[in-house]
Order: sequence, then structure tokens, then C-alpha cells
Amino acid sequence: MADRYIEPDTPELRARWGNFAWTEANAAKAKEIIARYPEGRQRSAVMPLLDLAQRQVGAEENTQGWLPIPVMEYVAAQLDMPIIRVVEVATFYTMYNIAPIGRFHVQVCGTTPCMLRGSDDLIDACRARGMKKGATTADGIWSFTEVECMGNCASAPMVQINDDNYEDLTPDRLDAVLEALLRGETPKAGTQDPARHTVEPVGEPTSLVAMRTENHDYRSEW
Amino acid sequence: MALLDKDRIFTNVYGFQPWNLKEAQARGAWDNTKDLIARGRDAIIDEMKASGLRGRGGAGFPTGMKWSFMPKQPPLDQNGNPKPSFLVINADESEPGSCKDREIMRHDPHLLFEGALVAGFAMGARAAYIYIRGEYIREAEVLFAAREEAYAAGLLGRNAAGSGYDFDVFVHRGAGAYICGEETAMIESLEGKKGQPRLKPPFPAGAGLYGCPTTVNNVESIAVAPTILRRGASWFSSFGRENNKGTKLFQISGHVNRPCVVEEEMSIPFSELIERHCGGIRGGKDNLLAVIPGGSSVPLVPAADIWDAPMDFDGLKAVGSGLGTAAVIVMDKSTDIVRAISRISYFYKHESCGQCTPCREGTGWMWRVMERLRTGDAHVEEIDMLQQVTKQVEGHTICALGDAAAWPIQGLIRHFRPEIERRIEERHGSLQQAAE
Repeated sequence: MADRYIEPDTPELRARWGNFAWTEANAAKAKEIIARYPEGRQRSAVMPLLDLAQRQVGAEENTQGWLPIPVMEYVAAQLDMPIIRVVEVATFYTMYNIAPIGRFHVQVCGTTPCMLRGSDDLIDACRARGMKKGATTADGIWSFTEVECMGNCASAPMVQINDDNYEDLTPDRLDAVLEALLRGETPKAGTQDPARHTVEPVGEPTSLVAMRTENHDYRSEW
Repeated sequence: MALLDKDRIFTNVYGFQPWNLKEAQARGAWDNTKDLIARGRDAIIDEMKASGLRGRGGAGFPTGMKWSFMPKQPPLDQNGNPKPSFLVINADESEPGSCKDREIMRHDPHLLFEGALVAGFAMGARAAYIYIRGEYIREAEVLFAAREEAYAAGLLGRNAAGSGYDFDVFVHRGAGAYICGEETAMIESLEGKKGQPRLKPPFPAGAGLYGCPTTVNNVESIAVAPTILRRGASWFSSFGRENNKGTKLFQISGHVNRPCVVEEEMSIPFSELIERHCGGIRGGKDNLLAVIPGGSSVPLVPAADIWDAPMDFDGLKAVGSGLGTAAVIVMDKSTDIVRAISRISYFYKHESCGQCTPCREGTGWMWRVMERLRTGDAHVEEIDMLQQVTKQVEGHTICALGDAAAWPIQGLIRHFRPEIERRIEERHGSLQQAAE
């Protein structure tokens, strides 16, 4: 299991987050989410609501967002769940941040397929910038985690930063992405190999050549 | 003979063209789906059975047969009302090496939605939930948008695609737990709980999501269904060997010159797959050390055994491994093989849900021993002890995560024991030298 520690419930935390409530837009969104599940089964919405709450916290403090206990209580109240059931979910799934987090959450995939393609070098590149595994830099900009397989193995190694994946990385390409983020730009997501579109073999195509130039309909050849 | 482009189901797998409804329809998706449904439940299931399609999520259970397990008459709840049935589509693609469902969902989502309707109808389901792993954030955005398109066009919802059948599809995002790819853990997670697998029986077809009959299918299994029905079971079963039919998305990662995802016919020899699509092994054929042919859960296969092996369920079983999700992880001779497997052990330690003791404690223990074997800081007898412990974890847990954690280590010991022993001797030798 993953080692994770929840941010303690303190008077300061309550003072800051005790009156958490949905923004108008998120209140409508929460209603739409709950309607996805059958009546009486609103607890199914706990995962998407925690995600929504984490994003709202993130928007308020300009970070990736996390889940203070009072925010979990707010979600529990909306879904008529005991608070412990919400805390269980928030601590079980690793994408819920249960302690404060930085502006950019740099998640380097270190599982074997990425490791074989050089994720060690990416981790070194992050360390060279002062990032430490499982910690946020003092300026609050970078949080750094080594994560398990992100499902981008054919364009490894990769890093996920907040909502976007950056694939086919080298230390230099990663540096370029991080620098662009620092400048407030939005670097192009996906593969960072200029010769590649997504997960096709780089270079000469080996299949589906016609699809590159037109939305080809193969049915006439059946 | 190579698979021809016209026989590829996922023609937009590389995303060179838009995923949107209009373009997907121009490629053949949602083409008169009403007629497919008009064939009736039994005819659809019979066609799927005849096609020989085996589940693409790893276990390889025949898809048509799985659909046929759903009750024809809905069971009644305690008030005597019929219970609804559900289709749950497993898009929690987290097996190290696997990256195929991502390409389907972000580049051809309408194949998945059409498949959901056809499959849902065939099993009498009221609705489908697509459980997509939380890390696929942009991919989920595509799914939500494609779903909107399909609803706006009347292809889903009431009287879906004009078939007279009411069918809803919902997208549910996970939040970073590999174990939710196990079908009963996925159901628990969908119900808003920790994703810890349930004991079986009861099987989901009897009591699954919300206690209702449920079938859980992989994204690829569902997305290929409409094309199989259109082109016929005999077309699909013309590819691959007996019992291993069809086309398949292979995902090749690691030490090949051009890693990629590619749709090929089942039973294609490993060498052909690598030479044709991946530009060969980095440093040439002789530089190949070993291959994990089906995602991290299956044992590795040394170079000599894998080269001519047919890439299918039976062919890889014959070399002591499995096809799994067809996630081919290639390792050349520069690989620290013990570390490569130890990293997989760490993965299972990280992802164990903590429910069963042999797995919760065993995965961490096995990883710690693997790390010592990696540096040679161990005794030779510990190799056998590790082997025994993997046997005590395997088969003694509710779900297969314990087995999946044990098999890669067993494969390593089976094929690379001399390498592990060499490291131990080398370290002991250097310690002795230091002492003198």
C-alpha cells in the first residue's frame, strides 16, 4: 500500500476551510454528477464530487488542489454519508491529495516500461531543480511524486503535470516543459518528440497510411 | 501475411483524424446500428460466440459466453419489482505496459459508445457505466464530449439510435487505484467505496453493481463488437489460430527502435511484430535479453523462447507466460533484469488494496527481498525462500493481484537464477576482499 499521511484537523484548518461551499458553477455541476447514478445511490457520486472539491480548493489557492477534512465533511453532508466513509475513499485513492500541494504536481512515472526508457534521468532532472520525492518546494511551485504506470508506455518515459501528460521525454525536453510552465505558458501536451504525432511508430508509417492525409473510409475495400 | 488496413477495426488509432461523431460516422461508426439491434439478443450473442472473440482485458474469457450469463428474465427485488441490469466497461487501464484503451477512448470513442449500446442491448442492460482510470484526464474529457454528441444525435438515451431500446451510458472517473481494474473492486468503487475486491460467488452476473446483474467488459472487447457484427463472425475468425481468433491492439514498449501501439492479427509471431512495426530490437536481434509479453502480471520469457512464439493466448502459455493485455515490454541486454522485476514488485506493493494479509504483507516482503537480491545483499538460500513465499501468496487472496505479484518473480527465478546467484557471489567476494 502507499504510504500517505492526512493533514491533521486543526483549529487553523477549520478556520480556513470550515465554511467551504460550492461555487455557483460547481453546485450545478455537483447536481448533474449526482443525477448520473440511480436514485438512492447518490453515494456513488463521492469520487467525482471529491475531485470537483479538490479542483475548487486548487482554484482558490492556485495549486493543484487538495482535500482538507472540513471539505470532506461538506461532501459527506451533501451525499448523506458518514464522514469516515468519505475519508476512507479520499485516503484509498492516490489522486486525492490529502495534504497541501504545490502549484504544479510533477508526477514522474517510474514503473518498468518508463524505467527502461530512461525515467531515472527524468527523476534526476527534477532533483537537480531542488525537487524532493513526496515534497513541495519551499516556493510552493513544484510538488514531486514518483507515480506508478500511467498507461503511456508506448510513448515512455512520461510525466503528468496537473491535467496534462508530456511523453517521449528526455531531460532536456522535460526542462523545456518545466521552464514553459514557470513562464506561465501552456506547453503542448502529449509527445514531445517533434517527429511523432501520438503513438504511431516514429518515422516511416507501417500501417494506416491513408489516414494521415484524409479521413479515409475503408469500407469500400471490404 | 500482414493484416491489411481495410481489416483494421481501429482506423483512427493514431488520432490523425478527429474523434468527433461526424468523422467517426464517415469512417463507419454508428452505421445503421438500428439494424444490428433488430437482429435480437440471441442472434447478437451467437454471432459474438461464433467470432471467437476472447476478452481483451487480460483473462481472455470468451466475450459472447460472458454476455450469455446475464439473466433473460430480470430477478425481482424484495418488493417484487424487476431489478435493472448493468454493463460496466472497464477502462481502468493500469497494467504496466498497457496503453491501448487510451488510444481507443481519445481517438475513436464512438466505436466504444456504439459497442456499449449493442452489448448492453444483447445482455438486457438498462445502462452502461464506463469506469475510466482517473489519470486519463484528457481522455475522459473526450469521452464526456463524445457522449454529449451521441445523445444530441439520438444515438443514446431514449429509443437509442431509433432501435426502440432505451439505453444510457455514463462515464465515471476513477482516482488512481490499479486494483479497481478487478471487476468486483470496480463495482465497489462505482458504489462509492474503497475499491476492495469482493468474494466470488456471487458472480457479478448474479449480483453486481447495486446488487443487480452486471457484466464487466474491457474497452477493446466492447469497441470491436459492432464491427464484428457488421462484417460477420467468419471475417473476424479468419484471423489468428484456432481458439485465438481476431485482431488485437498490441502495445510494444521498452527497448525497441520504434515503440508503438498497433492493431495486428492474433498469433502473429513475436519476431514479425517487432521487425515490421517497431524497427527491430535496439541493437539488433542478438541484443534481446527477455520480453514480458502481456503486461507486468505475466512471467518474462527469455529471448530464445520468445522469438518465434505466436503472440496469442495459447502460444504464450506454451512458453510459460501469457498474452494478458498484449502489452509487450521488451528488454535488451543493457537491462538490469533483477531491478526491472523488482520495480514491478514495488508496483504491486504500492497497489495492494490491503484487504488480504498474504498480499498486503507479502507484496512488501517480496519487494524488500527483491531489492536485496538486486544488490546481491542476500544469501543464496533466500532465492528458494522467496520462491516459496511467492507460492504462499499465489492463490491465497480474494483477487488475482497476489498471483500477479508472484508470477513475475517466479519467472525471474526460473530463467535468471544464475544471474541472481552471480550478484550474491560477487558481493560476498568483494566483502571478503575488503576484509582481507
